[in-house]
Amino acid sequence: MSIWEYANPKRFMQTSSWVLPWVTGLAAMALVTGLTWGFFLTPDDYRQGSTVKIIYIHVPAAMMAINCWAMMLVTSLVWLIRRHHVSVLAAKAAAPIGMTMTLIALFTGAIWGQPMWGTWWAWDPRLTSFLILFLFYLGYIALWEAVEDPDTAADLTSVLCLVGSVFALLSRYAVLFWNQGLHQGASLSLDREEHVADVFAYPLWLTIAGFVLFFVALVLFRTRTEIRARRLRALEARERMA
Amino acid sequence: MLKVRDLGVSRGGISILDGINLMLAPGAALVLTGPNGIGKTTLLRTIAGLQPAAVGTVELPPEGLAYAGHTDGLKATLTVAENLTFWARVFGQDRIAPALDAMDIAALADRPAQNLSAGQKRRLGLARLLVTRRRLWLLDEPTVSLDTASVRLFAGAVRSHLAAGGAALMASHIDLGLGDAATTLDLAPYRAKLPVPGQGGGFDEAFE
Amino acid sequence: MLALLLRDLRLATRAGGGFGLSLAFFLIVTVLVPLGVGPEGGTLALIAPGVLWVGALLACLLSLDRIFALDREDGSLDLLATAPLPLEGLVTVKALAHWLTTGLPLTLVAPVLAVLLNLPPAGYGPLTLSLLIGTPALSFIGAFGAALTVGLKRGGLLLSLLVLPLYIPTLIFGAETARRGAEGLASETPLLLLAGITLGAVAILPFAAAAAIRVNLR
Repeated sequence: MSIWEYANPKRFMQTSSWVLPWVTGLAAMALVTGLTWGFFLTPDDYRQGSTVKIIYIHVPAAMMAINCWAMMLVTSLVWLIRRHHVSVLAAKAAAPIGMTMTLIALFTGAIWGQPMWGTWWAWDPRLTSFLILFLFYLGYIALWEAVEDPDTAADLTSVLCLVGSVFALLSRYAVLFWNQGLHQGASLSLDREEHVADVFAYPLWLTIAGFVLFFVALVLFRTRTEIRARRLRALEARERMA
Repeated sequence: MLKVRDLGVSRGGISILDGINLMLAPGAALVLTGPNGIGKTTLLRTIAGLQPAAVGTVELPPEGLAYAGHTDGLKATLTVAENLTFWARVFGQDRIAPALDAMDIAALADRPAQNLSAGQKRRLGLARLLVTRRRLWLLDEPTVSLDTASVRLFAGAVRSHLAAGGAALMASHIDLGLGDAATTLDLAPYRAKLPVPGQGGGFDEAFE
Repeated sequence: MLALLLRDLRLATRAGGGFGLSLAFFLIVTVLVPLGVGPEGGTLALIAPGVLWVGALLACLLSLDRIFALDREDGSLDLLATAPLPLEGLVTVKALAHWLTTGLPLTLVAPVLAVLLNLPPAGYGPLTLSLLIGTPALSFIGAFGAALTVGLKRGGLLLSLLVLPLYIPTLIFGAETARRGAEGLASETPLLLLAGITLGAVAILPFAAAAAIRVNLR
C-alpha cells in the first residue's frame, strides 16, 4: 500500500469523498471555537487594546499563504517527476486559495497596522514580501488560464512554480536587505522570550489548526471539481471525434 | 536507417494513430497519405522528436535528420544566401552553391526573402534540406505552392538524394511526381480506436 | 551557435528588427519622470538611481516577446529544435543576443541620461557597473518568461505579468548598488549579490527555458 495509490484519479475521488465531510466538520469546529475563544474570552492587551484580536485571523492566514505555495511546489515537483495528474490539479486548485490567504493577511495587517503604527501600509520587509508573494500567485494563476491544453499548462505552470519559488525566496532576502522594518517579530516561536502570552497563544493554535483543516477541505473540494472538469472535457472531445 | 516500432501518437491528449511500424533503408522513400486531420503532421513531428510518442519507439540515424514542416523558417529581412548560409552553419556545413543550383534559385541569391514569391520561398525551403547534408529527410507537404516545373525539380532532388544513399519520409495528399521511386502508405487503417465511453474506468479515462 | 548569434544580431539591426526601440523608450521614460515629479534638482538626484534602473528594466521587458515568438511564427523554432544544437544552447545564445542588442546599449546610454536626472558625480561608476552586471540577468530571466509564453497567441501581457515578479531581486540589488554609490557609501555588497543573481540565472535558467520550449513545441 503506497501513498501513490491516491494519485490515481478514481482512487482519489473515492477516498476524498468520505474524507471531505470530516475535514470540513473539524475545520468548522476548530474555527468557531478558536475564533470565539480568541475574540470574546481573552483579555485585552494592555498596550494594544482589543485590536490585537485580529491576530486570530491575520497570523493563520499569513501562515497558510506561505504553506500553500510550499504545497504547490511539492505537488508541482511530483507532477514533473512522476506525472500524477491529481498532484498538479491539486496545485492548480490551491493557487486561488493561497492568493486569497495572502490578500486576507495583507488586509487584516492593514487594519491592525493603522491604529498601531498609524499607517495602513508601510514598505516593511514582511509586508513587501507578502505583496510580492501575491504577484507570484497572480502570475501562476494567469499562466494556467492562458494555456489551453491541460497537460501543456500543467508542465509550464510547474516549471514556473519551481523557478518562482527560487526567486520568491531571493526576493524575501533582497527585501530584508533593502529595508529593515517595523513589523513585530514572530508571534509564535519556540523562543519563549518574544512570543505572545499563553492566554493568547492557545486560541491562536486552535485557529491555526482550523485554517489548516479549512485549507485542506477547500483544496480537496476544488481538486475534485478540477478532476470532474477534466473528465467532462475528455468526454466532450470523444463525442466530437465519434 | 529509420525504424519505427508500434508507434502511437496523440494530439491534444487524444490518441489519433496507433500501431505504426515503419522501416526505411538507404535509398528508400515512403509517402504517407490519408485524409486531412488523420495525423500525418503529428506523426512526422513525433518521429522528428518534436513531441513525445504516446507508445512505441523511434530509431533514428546517429547524425540526426532534416525536417521540413509547413513553414520554411525563413527570415524576411535576410537575403536568400544569408538564410541558406545560416542553416548550413547550424548543421555544421558551409557550402550552399550546389543547393542554390539544384533548386534553381542561384539568380535570387542576393534578394531579401520577403521579395520572393510563395513558390520561390518553398524552393528555398527545399534548398535548406540540401545544405544540411543529412541522410534522412522528413518532409511535410513539400510541394505546396510549387508549379509543375518546380515539382519536377523537387522530384529530381529527391531522386538524387535517394541515389546517394539517402532516405525520405514524406506526407502529402497529392502526387509528388516520384513515380516508382517511392512507396505509398495509407494511414487510414492505423486510426486509433476510440475507447467505448463508460468502460474506461470512470475518472481514470480522462487522464490517458 | 556563433551562426545563430550572428543571425540574431543581424536580424535585430535590420529594418523592423526593433533595435533602438528600447533605447528610445528608455530615453522617453527618463524625460517623463522630471516632467511628472518636478524639476527640483535635489529630488531628482535622490530618485535618479531607482528611476534609471526601473526604466532600463521596462525597456528590457519591451523586446522580450520577440526572443522566441518570431522564430515560432516562421517555423524556425521547429527547425532549430530538430537541428544538431541543444535547446539549452539555443536559449543561451538567444538571451545573449538579446542582451547585446538591449541590455548593453541601455547600460551605455544610462550615464548620459543620468545627467538629465542630476545624478551626483560619485554615482556614475556604480550605476554603470550595476547595469552592466545586472542586465544579463534581466535578459536570461526574460528568455525564460518568453519560453513559457511562446505557444500563446497574445502572450505579451502575460509575459510581463510572469517576468516582472522574477525581476524583483535583480532590481533591488541593482538599484541599491547605484543608490549607495550615489550617496558615496560602499556598494560592494549589493553589487556582489547582484553578480550572484546574474551568474545563477545564466547557469540555471537556460535549462528551465529549454524545458518550457520543449513543452510548447509539442
